[in-house]
Amino acid sequence: MSATTDPPKDGFQLSQLIYDTRYRSMTIQIVALVLFLLGVGWLLNNAAQNLAALGKPLSFGFLGEAAGYDINQKLIEYNNQMSHGRAALVGVLNTLLVAVLGCILATVLGVIIGVLRLSSNWVVARLMTVYIEAFRNVPVLLWIVLTMAIFIESFPAPRAFRGDNASASMSLWDSVALTNRGVYIPKPEMYAGSMIVVVVFLLSIIGIFVFGAWSRKRQEETGQILPNFWIKLAIFFVPALLAYFVLGRPIGLELPELKGFNFQGGIYMRNSLIALTLALGLYTAAFVAENVRAGIMAVSKGQSEAAFALGLSPGRTMNLIILPQALRVIIPPLISQYLNLTKNSSLAIAVGYMDITGTLGGITLNQTGKEMECLLILMGIYLTISLIISSVMNWYNESVKLRER
Amino acid sequence: MKKTTFFGAVAAATMTAGFAAAGTLDDVKAKGFLQCGVSTGLAGFSAADANGNWDGFDVAVCRAVAAAVLGDPQAVKFTPTTGKTRFTALASGEIDILARNTTWTFSRDVDLKFTFVGVNYYDGQGFIVPKELGVSSAKDLDGATVCIQTGTTTELNLADFFRTNNISYEPVPIETNAEALQQYLAGACDTYTTDASGLAASRATFENPEAHTILPEIISKEPLGPLVRHGDDQWADIVRWSLNALIAAEELGVTSANVKESAMQAGNNPEINRLLGTEGNLGEQLGLSADFAKNAIAAGGNYGEIFAKNIGESTPIGLARGLNAQWTDGGLIYSPPFR
Repeated sequence: MSATTDPPKDGFQLSQLIYDTRYRSMTIQIVALVLFLLGVGWLLNNAAQNLAALGKPLSFGFLGEAAGYDINQKLIEYNNQMSHGRAALVGVLNTLLVAVLGCILATVLGVIIGVLRLSSNWVVARLMTVYIEAFRNVPVLLWIVLTMAIFIESFPAPRAFRGDNASASMSLWDSVALTNRGVYIPKPEMYAGSMIVVVVFLLSIIGIFVFGAWSRKRQEETGQILPNFWIKLAIFFVPALLAYFVLGRPIGLELPELKGFNFQGGIYMRNSLIALTLALGLYTAAFVAENVRAGIMAVSKGQSEAAFALGLSPGRTMNLIILPQALRVIIPPLISQYLNLTKNSSLAIAVGYMDITGTLGGITLNQTGKEMECLLILMGIYLTISLIISSVMNWYNESVKLRER
Repeated sequence: MKKTTFFGAVAAATMTAGFAAAGTLDDVKAKGFLQCGVSTGLAGFSAADANGNWDGFDVAVCRAVAAAVLGDPQAVKFTPTTGKTRFTALASGEIDILARNTTWTFSRDVDLKFTFVGVNYYDGQGFIVPKELGVSSAKDLDGATVCIQTGTTTELNLADFFRTNNISYEPVPIETNAEALQQYLAGACDTYTTDASGLAASRATFENPEAHTILPEIISKEPLGPLVRHGDDQWADIVRWSLNALIAAEELGVTSANVKESAMQAGNNPEINRLLGTEGNLGEQLGLSADFAKNAIAAGGNYGEIFAKNIGESTPIGLARGLNAQWTDGGLIYSPPFR
């Protein structure tokens, strides 16, 4: 008892902040934090001072002024009398459109290619390797420019469709026009009664899910397997088609037609959109394919052997045993591929696609001279989109990951 | 927090001090060369040849300024800029002068904080179309697909023109002149619009220039000229008066052939004497040598010579002087007096 010395009674001393291990780490962290904040403050202050010296104080008023320029592809109403803010919104929607289309294309192609790369067929597997290596190892900007160049140089101009002995003609029973400005496809036209067909169609989609659940239950009870795919396909098409013909074909097609300089009517998919989507999709698909391959190879061989031993067909083994387990490995790197694709879409201006970088970060920046403001908003927008994508994908990842008990 | 402001203030003070002390003239003299922003390539105005030597109407302005300041027309480094990057390049100090067929507008002068030192080409926006399209007026272009260089005044003029005439169009925004021409020639756009001089220059490079026609409508005023940053008046004056020297030289009949001789000794025309520095001290007032104008003129000739050599009627580009004739010949090219 007496051997122990009492802790010093006198109060806290400043030197303890450095020499006392209880406080030292805290001291170091606080000092580091203060230095960091000073650094940030200095940078911000410096930027503000220099902008003021240039006579360009930060202000965001320009977003409300009339933009004065036109945008070709707009998903919402826009004309050149609307504000720069509205033009930026048009750009954001265009960015989102190409990102969503590109992600879908990349996922579908990536999964197919990744699986085929593991094929036991030597030719198929090697072909897929060549594809992956070719796309992965060339900068995406070159793919974008190349795709666009192919579109512009290999398809005919609209004026080639004109005249009696036109050098070009429309494809698919005169319903689709492939031009070097884009692809015109028919647009559905809704007449009276068309809503019923749509409702029937939606009901049959619900029906597919109901049938799926029933069929699974039945299989668990009796062990019998129905030809699910064909039945679902029938549910998908038959009721809607029946309703369509019974009601006297209430949905028509508006065909594109050459009028003046361009085709009118139908849906116009500009070649800038198609080229950008294709290039981004094909490029990212190569990375997704590698993720898929890694995921599949991560599933132990015993799993497929066990499935074969149970008598499952190779297709069912893949769908029921391998892919669900592989998904746990595939999803996390897939998130970053989606993010990459979205960010790469900012190369759109190379083909004249008016995404957010083209509108806010391009024309608006140039016409108003508000570099700092435009770039700050631009970064904010990309950050927001990326964070949304990654939180949605993380949520999905949670739902497929291994539930540990 | 006090500390932050203190550090910031110190930093800002050093920065502004640095700004004010080093004028562009001293910078250029210290570097030994002029950094000049030009376009990425427009035949006749600014284009690099196979050896990387830049030549053209806008390039000549840079060479004249370099000759005036440094005595050497070759002491120029060129920075190719696109319609989008040019202003940032100038504002950030990456280039000392921008001579890139840039339109003088109110907002660029006032809002973007640049100083336009004069006009070296009076232009207007026009349209080029293939003859086989059968279009004879820009008002027939309803529904046409139009290629435009993005980040230029042409984009806004185009929107205005089609809105006033109540016709529709489909804009295809493109970064550079070369890409726009590629799309136009492939028929991906019906027409390409930019300054009429640029159209003439581009048409000269086509395989078959006869198959294309420039529509008669000029839909805008495009006074093109060199510009510098706001806030350095001495530098702006140097560029302004170098350009004016070229213009005055043509008016006074001073050419690259006779400038050396005329500058030897004072002649009997006092204005020429003042221009070439044999009388008065105009060069000194600018902070340059007395023979700055002589050097500028010797670099590539007077305004008329530069015009004729690069874009005049004897070149493939074949532009007539038109508005760009001397005021004595009924044009708009006019230099204030050297006095």
